[in-house]
Order: sequence, then C-alpha cells, then structure tokens
Amino acid sequence: MRYELVVNGTPREVDSSWLGESLLYVLRERLGLPGSKNACEQGECGSCSVLLDGRLVCACLVLAASAVGAEITTVEGLGGEGPEDLDPIQRAFVEAGAVQCGFCTPGLVVAVHDLLRRVPQPSEWEIREAISGNLCRCTGYGRILDAVQRAARAFAEQAVTR
Amino acid sequence: MTVLERPRRATRGVGVSAPRPDGVPKVRGQFQFSSDLFAEGMLWGHVLRSPHPSARIRRLDVGPAWAIDGVRAVLTAADVPGAPTYGLEIPDQPVLAADVVRYMGEPVVAVAADHPETARRAAAAVLVDYEPLDPLVDPEDAISAPPIHPDGNVFRHLRIEHGDPEARGEVVVEGTYEVGMQDQAFMGPESGLAVPAEDGGVDLYIATQWLHVDRDQVARCLGLPLEKVRLHLAGVGGAFGAREDVSIQVHLCLLALATGRPVKMVLSREDSFFSHVHRHPARIWLRHQADRQGRLVRVDARVLLDGGAYASSSTAVISNATAFATGPYRVPNATVDGWVVRTNNPPCGAMRGFGAVQACFAYEAQMDKLAAALGMDPVQLRLANALRHGDTLITGQRIEGSAPVAQVIEAAAGAPLPAVGPEALPDVALPGGAGRTATRSRVRRGVGFAVGYKNLMYSEGFDDASEARVRLELAEDGPLATVTCAAAEVGQGFVTLARQICEEELGVERVVLAPPSTARIGSAGSTSASRQTWMSGGAVAEACRAVAGRLLERAARRLGTDPGRLVLAEGAVQALEGADALSVAELLAEGPLEETVTFHHRQTEPLDERGQGDAHVAFAFAAHRAVVDVDLDLGLVKVVQIATAQDVGRVLNPLQVLGQIEGGIAQGVGLAVMEEIVLDQGRVRNPSFTDYLIPTALDMPDVAVAALVEEPEPGAPFGAKGVGEPPTISSTPAVVAAIRAATGLPLTRVPVRPADIALATPGDPRP
Repeated sequence: MRYELVVNGTPREVDSSWLGESLLYVLRERLGLPGSKNACEQGECGSCSVLLDGRLVCACLVLAASAVGAEITTVEGLGGEGPEDLDPIQRAFVEAGAVQCGFCTPGLVVAVHDLLRRVPQPSEWEIREAISGNLCRCTGYGRILDAVQRAARAFAEQAVTR
Repeated sequence: MTVLERPRRATRGVGVSAPRPDGVPKVRGQFQFSSDLFAEGMLWGHVLRSPHPSARIRRLDVGPAWAIDGVRAVLTAADVPGAPTYGLEIPDQPVLAADVVRYMGEPVVAVAADHPETARRAAAAVLVDYEPLDPLVDPEDAISAPPIHPDGNVFRHLRIEHGDPEARGEVVVEGTYEVGMQDQAFMGPESGLAVPAEDGGVDLYIATQWLHVDRDQVARCLGLPLEKVRLHLAGVGGAFGAREDVSIQVHLCLLALATGRPVKMVLSREDSFFSHVHRHPARIWLRHQADRQGRLVRVDARVLLDGGAYASSSTAVISNATAFATGPYRVPNATVDGWVVRTNNPPCGAMRGFGAVQACFAYEAQMDKLAAALGMDPVQLRLANALRHGDTLITGQRIEGSAPVAQVIEAAAGAPLPAVGPEALPDVALPGGAGRTATRSRVRRGVGFAVGYKNLMYSEGFDDASEARVRLELAEDGPLATVTCAAAEVGQGFVTLARQICEEELGVERVVLAPPSTARIGSAGSTSASRQTWMSGGAVAEACRAVAGRLLERAARRLGTDPGRLVLAEGAVQALEGADALSVAELLAEGPLEETVTFHHRQTEPLDERGQGDAHVAFAFAAHRAVVDVDLDLGLVKVVQIATAQDVGRVLNPLQVLGQIEGGIAQGVGLAVMEEIVLDQGRVRNPSFTDYLIPTALDMPDVAVAALVEEPEPGAPFGAKGVGEPPTISSTPAVVAAIRAATGLPLTRVPVRPADIALATPGDPRP
C-alpha cells in the first residue's frame, strides 16, 4: 500500500509497504532514517523513541500506516543542518560522556527532549523516572543524568540570554 | 627554521577526558550500526531455531518454505560447503543442526527472502519432525551421564594443589553458593550484511569483538581460503563478551553466496537471547580455615560451571574461576577443583568478568562468614589477608606488578555513607520504585563490602598480540596521523584512546582511524579480557614511536646531526642542545611515514598438572561497598549507593574510566538483584526485555568513586591497566552482603529474588 508520512516537517511518500510494518521499520528501512534504533521491538527499551504529534512513543509499537497525518519527529529532526550543529541535549550527551556504544543514545535524546519541554528544571528523581523507559547497558546512567542536568542548565541560560 | 605554536596540551594526549570521536554522529542518529546497513537489491536473512533443548531431527522438509513468494534461499546443514562446525577454542558447534539439536535456539535452517517478514514466515513454514529427548540439564549429572556430544560432557577439569595438604586452621567456615545465568543484554542486536564478491569470496560487515577469529571460523565453514573472506567491523551496539563467538556470521555468508545477492540479518531480541553465549551458571563449594588472628591458613574449593551445549570459551572461563577461587588474599595452602561441563542448557562463554565474577560471589560470602566466626570486622579481615606486590598466588605465580589491594579496600570502606536514610527518601527512591505501594516502616538499610580481582589479557601461554599501523603525512591543513588497527570498538572508547596516544606520541592534532577490517591489517586480538588499552593501545604507541624514530632520522640528516641528539616535542623535532628545530610539517614534505608493529605481552605459561604456573600477565583489583534498602515484606531491594575504589595503573581518560566503572557496576548490580535467564528443563522462559530485567535509571544506585589508585603497572603501555571488568566482579557480592546485613538471611544464590527474602523460612540459619 501507499501513503504519506510527515517526518521532521517533510512529507515523505511510502510506497509498496506491507500494512503490518511498524513505524520503526518504515523509518529505518523505507525512509532512510535509521537513527531510531531497534533494541527490542516490543516497547521495553525506548531505543526507538520518537515524537508523534509531540507525544513520546516507541516507534516499534506504532503501525506506520496509522501515523498518517501526524507530525513525526525523529532524532534526525533535532539539531541543525551542519555536521557539528547539535542541540543543547545532544551537545550535553557528547560532553558529559553519556555516550558509549551509543545504541540507546538517539532514543534517550528524544526522551530527554520530551522531559525538558514538560519539566524544564527536573529534579534528579524526575530525570531518573522520565528516562527509566530507556534502557542503557553501557553507562550505568551516571553520565546520562549529568548530561540531562547540563542540558537543562543550557536551556535555562539560553532563555536568560533571549 | 619555524616558529612553533604550542599545542593545547590540556585537552590532548594521554590523561585528559578527551571526547569520543564518534560522539557527534551517535547523538545525531547518524552513526551506522550493524543493523543500519543497506545495499541495493539486498535480501533479508532469518534463522529457524530449535524449540527443544534436546531432540533428534527425524525429517526436515524445506518445500513449504520454497512455496512462499519472495523466498530466495532455504539452507540446511547439507548446504554448508566447508567444515560443519565452528567454535572459539574447539570446533564442536554445528553451523546448522543436522541430526540432533542440543539446546533450545540451536540454528536448523537459514532463509533469505525479499522482506524480513517473508523470511520469518518461510522459516516458520519449514517442516521439522523432532523426536524430543530428555534433556541433560543438571551440570552435576553431566559429569557421569552418557555423552550428549561426540566430544563428551566434560569440557575441562582443572585441579590446583598449592602448599601443604596437611595444613589446618582453628576456625573453619564452609558454604555452597550458586550463580544464575546472566545475559550480556547489549542493546544492538546481532546484525550484519554479507555481500558476495566477484572473486567468489564474500565481504561481511558485522558487529563483533574479534574480526580475525570470526574470519578464520567463517572461512573454514565456507570452505574458502582466508583471503576470500573479508570481515569489516560494522557499528557495534555493545558486546560485554557476547560477541566473542560466531553467531550469525556463517549463516549470512552462506545466504549471500547461495543467492549471489547482499543479505542483511537483524535479530529480534528473542532470537538475540538464543544466538549468543551467556555467563556460566555456577555452583561453588568453599571451605576456609584461618587461625585465631584471622590469617587464612587453607582454602578448599570445588567449582562447577554449566557450559551448556557447546564449548565456546568454557575452558578459559573455568581456568579463571578455579585460579581466582580464593580471592585477592594470601592463601598459603589450597586445593581447588574446577569443572566445566556440557549440558542441554544454552551455551555459555564470555561475559565481562569471565569466571572471576562467579568465584568472587562465593569467596566474598565466605570472607564475611569467616569474619563473623572470628568476631572480626569484615573489612579488617580482608585487610589482614590482602595480596600485595611480591605475594604468591595459589597457582604458584608471584605478583610482579602492582597489587594495591589494601589501598582499594581502605578507600572504598572509608567513603562517606549516604546522607539520607530510607525514612527521608521520596517514594520513587524506595524498593519497588515508581510502582511502590507498601509502607516504608518495613524498609531496612544494610551495608556490605567486597573486593575482587582478575587477570588482564589472555592467559596460560596464549599470545594474543595486536597489530597496528600508523601513517603520518602532510595533509592540506597540516600533519595527519592515520591509525589502522583491527581492534573492535564496542563502546569502550578505544577510538578515543588511539587518538590520544597519537597526540601524545607524535604531537599531532589531527588523527583519523581507518575502519577496522581483516583486509587491511592483522589481528588486534579480542576486545575482551580488559586487554585493548594495553595491547592495541600498546601497538598504536609503538607504531607511533617507530614513526617518530623515522622523523628523527630525517631531521638528523637535514641538520647534519645524530638522531640521538634530537627529540620530538610539541609538533617539531628539536635539538637537545641548541636552537635547531624542524617542524613535523616540514619533515613530512619529503613524503609520508608509515610503520606497522605487532605488540606482544609478556609470555605466560600453561598451568601444570598441579595447576601451578606463571599463567597470567597481570592483575587488576577493585573494592565495592554497597548500601541497600530492603523491603522485608515485599522482598524488594533498592541499591542506594555503591562506593568503589579501583586499581587502574594509570588513568588515561578520566571520563572513560568513570564510564567503565559506572557501567560495570550496573551489570554487577543487575546480577545481584534482578538478572537471570530462567531455565525450565533447558527451556529459556524469559527471552525478552519484558521478562529479563536489566537495571533502569531508577534501579541504578549512586556510584561514589572513592579512589582510582594509580600505581603504574610495569610492562603496561603508559602504566595503565584495563578497567572494564573489575567493576563487575565485586559489586555483586557487596550488594548481597548488604542485603544479608539488612535481612539476616544467608542468601547464597544470585540473583537474589524477592521470594528469597519475602518468603524465607523464619528458621533459616543466619549467615
């Protein structure tokens, strides 16, 4: 079947897709957007986190065809055009040492976007709870917590500068 | 002569928290993992696996799979052109099962199709007529049971006899301990892309820990010469030992060669659980004897590991579990028997800590028991027996390198305790976390301590050398170093370190790493055994020094002096005396310089028939103190804090060391309270992240690093020890000791399950 998805602000045609394909599969294999990851494909690990009309979801649990008409934001839609043009969350992850193998990273970056938009200055426990649906096997989360706190500070400073 | 700009030393070279070169693409979602590969016209592979832990295959009919539209290949054991079996140390594992299956999840048929769902449906359509057999699932039974494989059921028995067999101590404690089967649970599932080549060979892009040994096994099974099988490292989503063995490598290549098209395979999480080895479950009996002052006199031990259906690295894992069975203590007399056996459980092999983890859980429980029997403080007992430089291990090996065991114990034990008790924590921080419903009045806090150690690099005479090439050339914007090395970056940060080493040794600002590939360079050995910093770091450093030597020769010719009177510093070759200097850029204008070196560690030797020998290169130690809150009614545990101190030799990148420590502790905490592959008569009951639980951000304790003890290790490049494994070793027993302190229960098995606490019999003997 054939339908259109709006991904990172751009309408994208999906052609000759099987109806059973998840949004994750279509993003990764049909639209050339493999940033959303495939660690469990059953909604437990958060590595495929995307925003669907601003709501944080696991792309593996969404049927692609059901996302027609929604605004889909993936990790590729965050940050700017330039190769080093990172948003404050991405920058904080790099600088804080929150990235090791990096497989969980894109999902975490998206989840932290969702958190900091809702709660600009989260407490440590608010951060822990908000990212508890994103599994990481390398870091033990210590540097990730640091990255989220750095990003929250960076957003606050941006707001003051503005 | 050139006036030189001072390089920014504070942000470059060895010892700084340099950022990862792959950090930016990883946060942008642009880093290409092995599951992100794509080739024009590629097919999708899938493997049909046995649903039985033990069965005879009576009949196999692939016809129904071929009947499905879009199916391009359906392969069975008969289609394997080369050796039918592979294995890391002993080739005993079939590529595809022919007549019997020996574990649940064993590959039987490989399929390629136009769409991954078609491949899955085709595999499901294959008719396999199994005659289920009674599985052999108890490792104790396995020793004497009829063999379930032509190679027999005992992979290895090892006996260590040390000191005086008649020696006795006045205070005796004994116990039996069990460790469940842990999964590495890396995030990036097994995946890769095989592309058939025009020379009749194949190029395999794969996530692995050791390209060259994969290549050797794949080529043997394909019946191809080594040069026609080229393995290239694809982005690795974590490893932790699970990618040391071949999993889908041969299947992918077979499918690509059979179809003449690129074939991609990405395993589901369930198939991932079935396709890699796990941490060996263990049963360990220990008897400790000490004098009244708490000095260890004698330790007897019996270690039994369940190796599962195939050998993998079992023979090396049992070597560690046996050699380290008495811990980082002076033990003058010991008898240790170690067995690792074959069963119809899933195959077990490498996982972070590699045999040392199982041993440490047992000996540290014993040390606490001994302290209680002596009426001694457990930390003081450990200090009284702590190994130090110059001591002799139970294998007769003298510790020639650094062994700051007392220092790590004292530092971890002295760390400040958490300021806030369970009465003042938010609900979400209590046992049960966000889902907690019970009263906090039944939460008890406990504190526990443990110390552990293991070997660095491969042991028992194995020469796990690493090769590296460094090329220094003048690029448009200045000198550029290119490192070629097959060391697998699996997340640990070798890519960062290799750059730091080049910066340090050559003073260059621009360093790039060539993609690791068997087509470019020789083996770097495995990314395991805490060895790549030492081995491939050492190879890169020596290659840099060889290039630097060539630079000095060039400069000496130009300056009409002797290379011995020149030094390379701050981007230039300078005379030791006088003002003569030539910039690296000027010297490279003559042409690039390239050197390839192979780095070997000190030769070790096999253990003799009494388990004695200089078998290990070096050792690393760590201590952990755990603080836990336990809900006595629900049996739920919240690990509040882990304080740690670690013997690191020298810190080469503080941020990466911290990342290894926190990440290793997370896996140790997981084994202590939640992680286990649950088996029922050989069947895996929880092959998913719904049922196999790994720590989340809510489960993970605060980690307080009390000290990184820097006593440079002789023979190690920059004096640095590998840091990846020690955090995983003693964190588990520390957590369980803390739960024992909170509950008064003996808790001789990990993971500690809620029922072990909440449903414990009131009359259970106290530890």
